[in-house]
Amino acid sequence: MSKPLRYVNAIAQALSDAMAADPSVMLFGEDVAAAGGPFKATRGLLDTHGPERVRDTPISEASIVGAAVGAALTGMRPVVEIMFMDFVALAMDAVVNQAAKARFMFGGQCSVPMVLRTPHGGGLNAGPQHSQCLEAWFAHIPGLRVVCPATVADAYSLLRASIEAPDPVVFVENKALYALQGDLDVDAPRGIGKARIDRPGRHATIVTYGATLYAARAAADRLAQDGVEAEIVDLRWIQPWDEEAVFASVAKTHRVVIAHEAVQAFGVGAEIAARIASDLFDELDAPVLRVGAPFMPIPFAKSLEAAYLPDADRIVAAVKDTLA
Amino acid sequence: MPSSAPRNDPFPPDRLLALHRTMQLIRATETTLSKLFADSEIPGFIHLSVGQEAVAAGVIGALAPQDTFATTHRGHGHVLARGVALDLFFKEIMGRAGGICGGRGGSMHVADLTLGVLGANGIVGAGLPLATGSALAHQTRRSGGVAVAFFGDGAMAEGALHECLNMAALWRLPMVFVCENNGWSEFSPTSRQFAATLDKLGAAFGIPHRQVDGNDLAAVAQAATEVVEAARSDGPRILECITTRWHGHFEGDPQRYRNADEIAGLPENDPLRRSAEALLAAGIEEQDLAALVASVDSDIAVALEAARADALPDFDAAFRDVYTPTTLTAGA
Repeated sequence: MSKPLRYVNAIAQALSDAMAADPSVMLFGEDVAAAGGPFKATRGLLDTHGPERVRDTPISEASIVGAAVGAALTGMRPVVEIMFMDFVALAMDAVVNQAAKARFMFGGQCSVPMVLRTPHGGGLNAGPQHSQCLEAWFAHIPGLRVVCPATVADAYSLLRASIEAPDPVVFVENKALYALQGDLDVDAPRGIGKARIDRPGRHATIVTYGATLYAARAAADRLAQDGVEAEIVDLRWIQPWDEEAVFASVAKTHRVVIAHEAVQAFGVGAEIAARIASDLFDELDAPVLRVGAPFMPIPFAKSLEAAYLPDADRIVAAVKDTLA
Repeated sequence: MPSSAPRNDPFPPDRLLALHRTMQLIRATETTLSKLFADSEIPGFIHLSVGQEAVAAGVIGALAPQDTFATTHRGHGHVLARGVALDLFFKEIMGRAGGICGGRGGSMHVADLTLGVLGANGIVGAGLPLATGSALAHQTRRSGGVAVAFFGDGAMAEGALHECLNMAALWRLPMVFVCENNGWSEFSPTSRQFAATLDKLGAAFGIPHRQVDGNDLAAVAQAATEVVEAARSDGPRILECITTRWHGHFEGDPQRYRNADEIAGLPENDPLRRSAEALLAAGIEEQDLAALVASVDSDIAVALEAARADALPDFDAAFRDVYTPTTLTAGA
């Protein structure tokens, strides 16, 4: 079954289908019910599934996420929304000290089946407190899963997988992708931790995730004009990330660039680069390179933000450096 | 039964005697823990609730099997009152393999999900949102359950309380906020920490507040029964229990910040002595109380012996429990 629709609608459909399939799935967050979500990712769900399972909360991020943990420990599978990823800073105790640790510190007595949906990313000139990509914070915490779908099909299938997952998942949506159109396959296999080869190639590997996939595609198109065939690995899952797929690609191309929108320093790319360097050193024909945002808050002005965000130019330059 | 017992008394002496035994179990267990800690048989930090036993016994005694609660770093009493297996409790606090949490949580994280215990908590106020979410689940699932959030007076200054009072009131959640007000926010008097009062805070959100002498077992039990049933049918309630903390914030805390006279006077308001006197006045025999003490001591001795004999936890088993096994990791 395949039909074209927007990324944001794929999110809504995944939520609706999950609620229809499992009565323990419920949604709550700021303006997710009556208003249908600030980005309309929950539009129509209140009408379809009723006010008990689709609830507007007060603006209380810490307690929204803490309540999700308590509900998950009491038989529900809550999906909560934090309106902008920047606002998870208000909910970090619930995510880091409660959700992530309950299973482990209670000796495996329980799981915490909950999903925290939240949009990250720039491109909307939303400024320093509404644009950050903070996924590395969560990837650093044992007990959490972190996923960042780049395509419409993945927005659906990875959200369904996240809701079915027994442990807490931080589900990161890039705001710039909400209007993206694509095909949906509701019957696609669903799983945790598998990357996707977005484009095969043999000269260099570009490892990426989220909206940066599209910069990587543009970079690969331009490199192809110069005869360079870049392979793109769309990670999809950041925790756990697919070592097998990344290592297989690097073992084939011997050159790798890791590209993401998040700040480069201490980021997801740093971990992957370190693992490649330690486990795949003999396969490398060039140093592992990273393309990420500079070590500064994301600025507001259109010109400043454009200069800040990693783009195809920087990915092309990095790939060429690995081939030099 | 003596004829002097008030009519319609919901807590006849035999019922109070059972709750008194719970208090004795908590007191004797924590006194044992205090000694074990001093003898370096317990690693880490422990926070004892000696002097506060009537709150745990009275409130937990008012709960139904389907009810849930989240507690605090000073949570031994609540978990013991709910009936956690005593040997598993000792094993956990002593860091043994057979502990209720496999030796991974310790004193600050004792939990028993089979009993609706959502865990003690190492973060002040963090149990409040957990209990709020648990109450939300009870309401959504129509389980008939009530969720209780235990918190200390120190947590009154935490934003989580204010957020959760609001959420519970908006949704009329089946939830009881139980404040164990012992007057001390860790190392500081709460009068220097919190500018409001809990009754005024409750009134701001339209949540009925009830204050009770937290060292009067019958008073706590009576109030808790009424408040829990009110929450079950009519939405959130606050029960503030005024009580006393005998030991330091953590075990080993010399409490130099407290007035010596205050500490010396604590036993005069001992909830155990008060309930023992009430039971004797109601016709319970001295020998029954002595037998109760001996029975509790015997249970503790057995549990402690089992804990000392238990193996140390396996590191690989702990590592494997960070995530739940799932076939999803093999898919897509």
